[in-house]
Amino acid sequence: MTSDLDRRAAPPGKLPGNLATNPRLDRWLTFDAAGHVTVTPGKVELGQGILTALAQIVAEELDVALPRIRLRAAATPDSPNEGVTSGSLSVQDSGMALRHAAAAARAIHLQVAAQRSGAALDTLRIEDGAFLTPDGSEVGSYWSQAGAGLLACEAPVEARAKPPEARRIAGASVARLDLPDKVFGAARFVHDLRLPGMLHARVVRPPARHALLLAIAEGALPAGVTLAHDGAFLAVVAETEHAAERAVERLAPHVTWDAQDTLPPEAALTDWLRDEPGEHAVILDRDDPAPLAAQTLRASFTRPYVTHASIGTSCAVARWQDGTLEVWTHSQGVYNLRADLGKALAMAEDAILVRHMEGAGCYGHNGADDVALDAALAARAAPGRPVRLLWSRAEELGWGPMSSAMLVEVEASLDAQGNIAAWREEVTSHGHSSRPGRNPNATLLAVEYMDPPRDIPNAINPPLASGGGAQRNAVPAYRIPKLTIGLKRIARMPLRVSALRGLGAPANVLAIESVMDELAAMAGEDSLDFRLRHLDDPRGREVLALAAEMAGWRGRTKREGFGLGLAYARYKHTGAYCAVAAEIEALDRVVCRRLWIAADVGEAINPDGVLNQYEGGAIHGVSMALKEQVTFDARAVTSDAWETYPILRFSEVPTVESRLIARPDLPPLGAGEASLSPTVAAIANAIHDALGIRPRAMPFTPGNLAAS
Amino acid sequence: MVAFTLNGAAVEAAVEDGTSLLHALRGPLGLSGPRFGCGTEQCGACVVLLDGAPAYACTLDTVSVAGRSVTTVEGLGTPEAPHALQRAFLAEQAGQCGFCLSGILVASAALLAREPDPDDLAIRAALDPHLCRCGSHNRIIRAVKRAAAELRASDRQRAQQPQAASTGGVNRPKGDNA
Repeated sequence: MTSDLDRRAAPPGKLPGNLATNPRLDRWLTFDAAGHVTVTPGKVELGQGILTALAQIVAEELDVALPRIRLRAAATPDSPNEGVTSGSLSVQDSGMALRHAAAAARAIHLQVAAQRSGAALDTLRIEDGAFLTPDGSEVGSYWSQAGAGLLACEAPVEARAKPPEARRIAGASVARLDLPDKVFGAARFVHDLRLPGMLHARVVRPPARHALLLAIAEGALPAGVTLAHDGAFLAVVAETEHAAERAVERLAPHVTWDAQDTLPPEAALTDWLRDEPGEHAVILDRDDPAPLAAQTLRASFTRPYVTHASIGTSCAVARWQDGTLEVWTHSQGVYNLRADLGKALAMAEDAILVRHMEGAGCYGHNGADDVALDAALAARAAPGRPVRLLWSRAEELGWGPMSSAMLVEVEASLDAQGNIAAWREEVTSHGHSSRPGRNPNATLLAVEYMDPPRDIPNAINPPLASGGGAQRNAVPAYRIPKLTIGLKRIARMPLRVSALRGLGAPANVLAIESVMDELAAMAGEDSLDFRLRHLDDPRGREVLALAAEMAGWRGRTKREGFGLGLAYARYKHTGAYCAVAAEIEALDRVVCRRLWIAADVGEAINPDGVLNQYEGGAIHGVSMALKEQVTFDARAVTSDAWETYPILRFSEVPTVESRLIARPDLPPLGAGEASLSPTVAAIANAIHDALGIRPRAMPFTPGNLAAS
Repeated sequence: MVAFTLNGAAVEAAVEDGTSLLHALRGPLGLSGPRFGCGTEQCGACVVLLDGAPAYACTLDTVSVAGRSVTTVEGLGTPEAPHALQRAFLAEQAGQCGFCLSGILVASAALLAREPDPDDLAIRAALDPHLCRCGSHNRIIRAVKRAAAELRASDRQRAQQPQAASTGGVNRPKGDNA
């Protein structure tokens, strides 16, 4: 049977998702005689629950019980190379590959069982992996045929997955497979890896970006501690974590550095963004006929540098043995990391084994890759021994890649009828990706400190067709006849920047959805009606209407000190839909009290998992909107502790009500990044509702609001 | 050598002077539940119970727990005999990456020990020292309330049936999910 989804996911002659580039079936899944299916996706668990969703997809297509699925974490060289686990693409790229691979595996196995038993193929059914005839007798199973090598072939293009209405496991809110380990404190994270003879390492960081190491005083190193030293990269290796940390404290004051001022002026960051040279591009230039502009507004929006602020710090274990390097890592892409380790260490990639283990929550390109090279450099001082290197909190907040500061300037006009006539927008930003594995030069932190130091290539913006970087969600989704979007990418990155949840979308959606509110006010129209009137996408209209209904938008009454705001975005314009209503209370500072979220991800493999991602992304958005800002002086990041980089706490978290629009017959869209940006914008609009001022600068602190 | 009670059992930790309890627990004592997040009492990932009260293991000198009782998340319950909180966190799917959960679970256990029926505000206050970056806060609050209700129901059941066997300690039998 062929469903619409199948036809969309697998056009004639093309395998879906990442199966196209990794077509061998046994690279994705294998059976064993003991009754297990081992699934080996190239995507990795980042705390988002992807492994559970992938297991559901496979169990569904194979008709086996979920507990039979074993997921093996990605590792070179055997896992399919699925690039980086990012961009809310795992269900599309990996899930649809696995759905097709499992459907193919099912068809191949059933056919063999039919041939061997003489039973008619179309009469066989599968019950928990056993192949049964209509009278219930078993003529084989995945397990009995496991040794036959049936999956040592390329996936046939014509394999057909189940139609949506036949699904039972994919589409159910099953419990996450990884959560039990986490509530019982089991050793699941790379931080928990304990190998025989393992040593512990820590880095001694310089006082400034790009500082040169001039001298290390004699006698600074405690007994039993080894120094790993390459140019200005300096690490200590010790028998215990305690000894490594004490050694850093002892050693640091005895190291002389040549430190220079390299960072931009934080107090005048907006001017710096404007003045700094960069390359300019026109992202979109539409000039359809339109009535004359009757009213025009201009507004500019800024976001500071922000960072990942994962609760765990970056960690890796590395071991050099017989010319090979083994690395255990929480990187988002084991092959990409392998490529950059090869470049950084001037080694052949096939001499490097990279194995994924989970880390603390990952919201983009954080220090996970950097720490893997740090561990490899430290482990060179102890050949044959595994060396675990853990970043400090100060390194995590101060040395990991940041997300770019941004400036978004908008000029928008209404015609005499209150329709949007024209919209000009200029986005100024660094690039939003300096991920490893994509440039001839390595992008791992330590290469700038090794001997000889090498520059990390400037961050790039992927093209809009791949979701974009700084220009992600910069194009309004609304009907606008004259629309010009420009983008300046700053030519250098004094603070290293890369991808963080949403990339450019939070600043862009803030700008667009704030201006939409202002235009609605200029038109004298309710901002929900104004949005709906300019939005053609019916799924967008539906989430907007749903969020408004959940929040009681139509019947709302003004409460002193409270404000209600609404915002909408479809992530990347090709991904998941989200509308958010936010209620804030304006006290001595703004507190977000309630959020209502309407979600549409097409087919939801695990609806509760989708809502968990939407809720988590929204709370991340509240934190970014109200609190987060990387601060720095001329030499170093100064927001390198939780006191100086505060994130949202339990006492500050809004209550969240979320609803998912069921669309089991539409292609699945990733959930992880859809809600953050509209949450930021909804809070801005709620602040205006409460206080009558338009927030222009993130975070919306009393100081920034007073300046708005 | 520092002798203390860890998750109900007598242990001795052989650690260098000045070693934090966190490094002792994760090092020679072989646990993985207490986690390093900051080392400065600012995130709660390392929190354990010291004589029943939440304490930051990252800054606590191992010597200072000599003769005292330390409970980590491993001591709350096991997959075979989960604590009501662990059951409730699974029922509510209260977590994403899970790195913060060990500290949050033991702090919640301490809260329920002193306050069997905490409201949202009390739960938020008790968990305020704990950072969660994935945004699972509301699910965690629901899970703590669910566990509290379960524990109160099993307490009521025990009060009505005094002859029924009690498992005692922090592991209580599953009760009515009120």
